[in-house]
Amino acid sequence: MNRRELLDLYYLEARAKLIDVAAFLDRLDRAEGEPDFRLAAFKQALGEVQNEKVPRAERVLACLSDPTVDPIPVATTKAACGAWPGK
Amino acid sequence: MRYIEPHAHMVSRVTNDYQDMVLAGCAAVCEPAFWAGFDRSSADGFYDYFCQLTEHEPRRAAKFGLPHFCWLCINPKESEDVKLASDVISIIPKFLEKQNVLGIGEIGLNKNSRNEIKVLEMHVDLAARHDQLILVHTPHLEDKLKGTRLILDVLRADSRIKPGRCLIDHVEEHTVKMVLDGGFWGGMTLYPETKCTAARAVDMIELYSAERLWMNSACDWGVSVPLAIPLAALELRRRGHSAEAIDRLIYQNPKRFLSQSPKFKLIEATI
Ligand SMILES: [Zn+2]
Repeated sequence: MNRRELLDLYYLEARAKLIDVAAFLDRLDRAEGEPDFRLAAFKQALGEVQNEKVPRAERVLACLSDPTVDPIPVATTKAACGAWPGK
Repeated sequence: MRYIEPHAHMVSRVTNDYQDMVLAGCAAVCEPAFWAGFDRSSADGFYDYFCQLTEHEPRRAAKFGLPHFCWLCINPKESEDVKLASDVISIIPKFLEKQNVLGIGEIGLNKNSRNEIKVLEMHVDLAARHDQLILVHTPHLEDKLKGTRLILDVLRADSRIKPGRCLIDHVEEHTVKMVLDGGFWGGMTLYPETKCTAARAVDMIELYSAERLWMNSACDWGVSVPLAIPLAALELRRRGHSAEAIDRLIYQNPKRFLSQSPKFKLIEATI
């Protein structure tokens, strides 16, 4: 598909998601609270979205991933939260 | 349209889902053993679950003319307890004789801990000793990249394991290349929020050779979509893929991988 066809197919959906992200950040700004590693990772990933080089999706996922290589000593939770706490 | 659902947790779904899947063209469903949403307290709990997967659930599917297959293991979320895991692994061999068991899965990692890796190695050894196919769950979200690397290391370290007989599931843009480059099969999971959308799955299909890729819904007790594969087929059509290419991806590819088990047989009938 050419760029025009892909825009016809996905533009409105991507536009809606973009506005959702902006509103999400506004909502966080209106709220009180401590700095949070998830928001920091999210903003770093947004920078990768702006970077014109491909592959953006892969780089965004890397920003939101644990960059270490060694197994952790023990699993103390089953859950994942979508960003690396850096501990 | 015909398709194979290679990863669905039907024990958590209502019977109407079977009906909807068959109406949408589902020709077979495969169910990996997984976490129930709570920890089972003993190996006996897994014994009952394996009976459910090998006896009860196939009967439920058969009411709709749908062949049901399964994979057995103790899942990575319950692998921190190595003693429990080893007790569970010891009861698996007798279930491997059951007619609908395709292999060992979904094994893998969850939080990438040392014990999880130990239990993964035990499962890989079990699969090698019994010449079973392997279905691997890769971790969620921030743990996926590291976990996928660790899993591939474990599989490569065992010389008895052939990559072409291992499916690495839940790949995304940052893991799909290393999986395919290693000669493994990759599964793209169409699951809301935490995994992959249909549009992104189609991107990966267009970027990489789709020879060793399949799609699945991984529908379970969470908010998930049992018809995610037929919906992704619509996405493929919107993106200009031919009917033949779609059939290759959602029917022939899973059939090719799963047919490496002599137990995988389809009822060749059209709806
Ligand atoms: Zn699963």
